[in-house]
Amino acid sequence: MHEGGLPNPAPSIKPPLWLLAELTYACPLQCAYCSNPVDFAEHGKTMDTETWIRVLRDARQMGALQLGLSGGEPLVRTDLEVLVAEAHSLGYYSNLITSGLGMDAARAKALKAAGLDHIQVSFQSSEANQNDEIAGTRSYAHKIDMARAVKSAGFPMVLCFVLHRDNLHRLSEMLDLAIDLEADYVELATTQYYGWALLNRDRLLPTLEQVREAEAVANGYKARLKGKMDIYFVVPDYYENRPKPCMNGWGSVFMVVAPDGTALPCHAARQLPGFEFPNVQTMSIKDIWQTSDAFNRYRGDAWMKDPCRTCPEKEKDFGGCRCQAFQFTGDAANADPVCSKSGERHLVDEAISSARNTTVETPIIFRNPKNSDKYAIKLSELSPGSK
Amino acid sequence: MSEPSLSAGPIRLARGHRVQFEQAQNCDVLLYPEGVVQLNESAAVILKLVDGTRTAADIAAELNRQYPGEDLTADVREFLEIANARGWIT
Ligand code: SF4
Ligand code: SF4
Repeated sequence: MHEGGLPNPAPSIKPPLWLLAELTYACPLQCAYCSNPVDFAEHGKTMDTETWIRVLRDARQMGALQLGLSGGEPLVRTDLEVLVAEAHSLGYYSNLITSGLGMDAARAKALKAAGLDHIQVSFQSSEANQNDEIAGTRSYAHKIDMARAVKSAGFPMVLCFVLHRDNLHRLSEMLDLAIDLEADYVELATTQYYGWALLNRDRLLPTLEQVREAEAVANGYKARLKGKMDIYFVVPDYYENRPKPCMNGWGSVFMVVAPDGTALPCHAARQLPGFEFPNVQTMSIKDIWQTSDAFNRYRGDAWMKDPCRTCPEKEKDFGGCRCQAFQFTGDAANADPVCSKSGERHLVDEAISSARNTTVETPIIFRNPKNSDKYAIKLSELSPGSK
Repeated sequence: MSEPSLSAGPIRLARGHRVQFEQAQNCDVLLYPEGVVQLNESAAVILKLVDGTRTAADIAAELNRQYPGEDLTADVREFLEIANARGWIT
């Protein structure tokens, strides 16, 4: 353990454990809380099968173990089974993160045969109309069928409900649905305010009262279902006074590869100014991980400023989330303003009261290519850094 | 609420769990949906004997045969209880 105050010497770089492959930004849904970049429509060409296979090999060779196949909607890719088979032969534990759209019983079986280890199906709500409304697409009935198909193909299944102001009161209904669908794990995923969710934050952020009530419901089910179904519920960090240990530390265990090959230390990092994120098509995975400026910029703690620099808790939370620090304060090297020791906590409190003053009549901005073109500009104007 | 207790019958790894050796880590790891645990040597030895046919008593007997000297039954039992409470085995 280090004494607070002394910057650590250059940390020895351990290999990444997680590779998150965002295989495409294409998605039949339009979730208002999507963490994809708002300007996704402007991003470069989606990489082909061969290039992805090389990425899988190189990352595995460095020691990556868990593979997330995500997007967008990864089922949009017709070569998904090929990529899964490759991942399997390389020894990855492969996780498909899907909305269920693009799945059918035959495809679930084919993915199982290709060696896929686990499927996470996300729901927008436990109620059909609300689900379809939030997703901007009729999808609920199909999702239910697909969750059953996933189980009957023999997969362990994580059900993920993304929570926000409009659906938090349905938590017990969601958990009942999870029981009915025989989920092995339930992730009650609080919306994180990046990308589209940030654009819709005033409209989506729940109140503290809502959060506390939901927490009590989740704890009740947790106790009741212990040993049968694991339930994870995380309080939105805006209502905590310490930040989350984002990504377990920058460049510590996690690498994201975006559809166009851009390698990122977290999904939201692309918005940070002053970075040239490396691309897997022009730089090796190993060099990206070990030597690129992007992955080293906030590694360890030498980059920290006060109060984090001298804080004994920096080993625990790594100063929180760089993207959140940037979004609120304009400087990604500041403490995550969620922290009560940060001088900027008032900015988070202001966001909470701004959401409180936003009525449900305020329209939601859906994630689709049209809005991507329209709001990419608006969001960049909103970021404090660009003022 | 009481913990689900360790079965007296045959035990197996929970659905979606597997043990594999990792060169980069130079140790065995337990893999499960979206998670990894690095195993120490004794944990790995025990979990590799969890195959859906052996009971906890069989596993202890097998290890006592492989490592004669000290009686390992209590240690094996203790580890399997923990593994069970964490949902690694059923
Ligand atoms: S959050 Fe919704 S819109 Fe975004 S990728 Fe997932 S399913 Fe598609
Ligand atoms: S000051 Fe920084 S390191 Fe300390 S608790 Fe707050 S965010 Fe974490």
